Amino acid sequence: MKKIEVRELDLFYGEVQALKKINLDVEANSVLALIGPSGCGKSTFIRTLNRMNDLIEGVKINGTVLLDGQDIYKEVDVIELRKKVGMVFQKPNPFPMTVYDNVAYGPRIHGIKDKKKLNEIVEKSLKAAALWDEVKDRLHKSALSLSGGQQQRLCIARTLAVEPEVILMDEPTSALDPISTMKIEELIEELKKKYTIIIVTHNMQQAGRVSDYTAFFLNGELIESGPTDQVFYNPKDKRTEDYITGRFG
Amino acid sequence: MTVDKKYESKRKAADVFGRVIVFISALLLIIITVSLFLFVTSKGLSTFIKDGISIKEFLFSTTWNPDREVPAVGSLQFIIGSILVSVFAIMISAPLGVSSAIFMVEIEKKLGQKILQPAIEIFVGIPSVVYGWVGLTVLVPFISKHFGGLGFSLLAGILVLAVMTLPTITSVSTDSIKSLPVEIREASYALGATRWQTIRHVVIPAAKPGILTAIILGLARAFGEALAVQMVIGNRPVIPKSFLEPMSTITSIITMDMGNTVMGSVWNDALWSLALLLLIISFTFIIIIRLVGRRGMYK
Repeated sequence: MKKIEVRELDLFYGEVQALKKINLDVEANSVLALIGPSGCGKSTFIRTLNRMNDLIEGVKINGTVLLDGQDIYKEVDVIELRKKVGMVFQKPNPFPMTVYDNVAYGPRIHGIKDKKKLNEIVEKSLKAAALWDEVKDRLHKSALSLSGGQQQRLCIARTLAVEPEVILMDEPTSALDPISTMKIEELIEELKKKYTIIIVTHNMQQAGRVSDYTAFFLNGELIESGPTDQVFYNPKDKRTEDYITGRFG
Repeated sequence: MTVDKKYESKRKAADVFGRVIVFISALLLIIITVSLFLFVTSKGLSTFIKDGISIKEFLFSTTWNPDREVPAVGSLQFIIGSILVSVFAIMISAPLGVSSAIFMVEIEKKLGQKILQPAIEIFVGIPSVVYGWVGLTVLVPFISKHFGGLGFSLLAGILVLAVMTLPTITSVSTDSIKSLPVEIREASYALGATRWQTIRHVVIPAAKPGILTAIILGLARAFGEALAVQMVIGNRPVIPKSFLEPMSTITSIITMDMGNTVMGSVWNDALWSLALLLLIISFTFIIIIRLVGRRGMYK
């Protein structure tokens, strides 16, 4: 089943075209890795899927992005969209509040006030993010006192708390050490049973390890996409092969 | 590589010279601060030590007859006057200042950076006598005409101080809100929060230490302001019973009376005691600001 369908997507920052005619489908309950050199447009692309680019001035978008068949730029309210399409950022960005309040933030702004319900959501989300055992005794301590890896899993828990369907991850491990990275990768494996995941990564091995599908971007164009094994071991395009074998990038 | 001996020794000399200059400046700064404090303290305490007036009378009596045979220097009305005028001024300027800071940083960035911020910086630089002069020619007659009384009043002082502290509060709040990482705003939006929810539940709580610092700085400015206040409050040494009555503050009584007194007289000593009181209050504000600042999560 197709969760997301992107058709002829163009994106401009003022005069500069950052994405050129992107066509890409994302299968439900799979992990799609976006790879490509810095500045190729993969982060820009991932941000079009939950309309985070709306916040940047001078951004113009043409083409369509369908989520479950609905055009997210025309038919879906941006608040509803972001509830369905969660995002984990490159740098862990917990709010300067307690661990509990971080996770409860999303449910609270969407109107859940019941204490018991919130407790349940917080526990469930932290467990799903494989963080519960490490923080259950300090739920009411500042989130900024956690380690970088814990903070990133907290951000994942915070995203899960609003029960999204799609999770976007923009280089979620680039600021973390190898052990924290491993934990996040295991988590992604676990999460794809329930969620559709799109992950931007600089790390070829990571893309190979965690993803079912891979899309290779270069200079704002989608060069090639397909099952990860195929893109890695049998690329159709010379540029994909050059990038994967480390000839540039 | 050959080392130029002459150049080396010159470099070392410059290094020593620089260190000496910096050290002397730092030392001078400390000496000036300490001696100022000691001087005001010794002068201020002579009211109680030399003139034999009790601290209780000075702080809690309202009888101000410093020029009589048996001088009375009860200063409660000045203390209360200062508190009233500053606190009410901040109650007006703090909500306005914090709101405009939020407006400038979170809502209308372009307008904020191009027009409002420069305008506020100019406001900070306007000398207080100008504020007082405008207050005297515009505000005082306005109050007199529309609310009755002379116009010289607590209300006039509050309004002048509210305008004067507004830029301080706005600019310090603006800096603290601006310094928050953009990532926490993105995190909030990405969870489906609206702009207002993001401001209310993420930006304001995260900037709270900075905003509190701004408010205390504004309060300190209001407390220490002498000239502009003195020009509009009427300078009667009593506790005002309404917003429309004239009154005095610690600073205004010092500036009003200092020219009239003889060094060493009880009157003069009492003014020094008031100056000491002001000094202690501003130290307290500084300590509070330090404590609040330390609580901040983002530096």
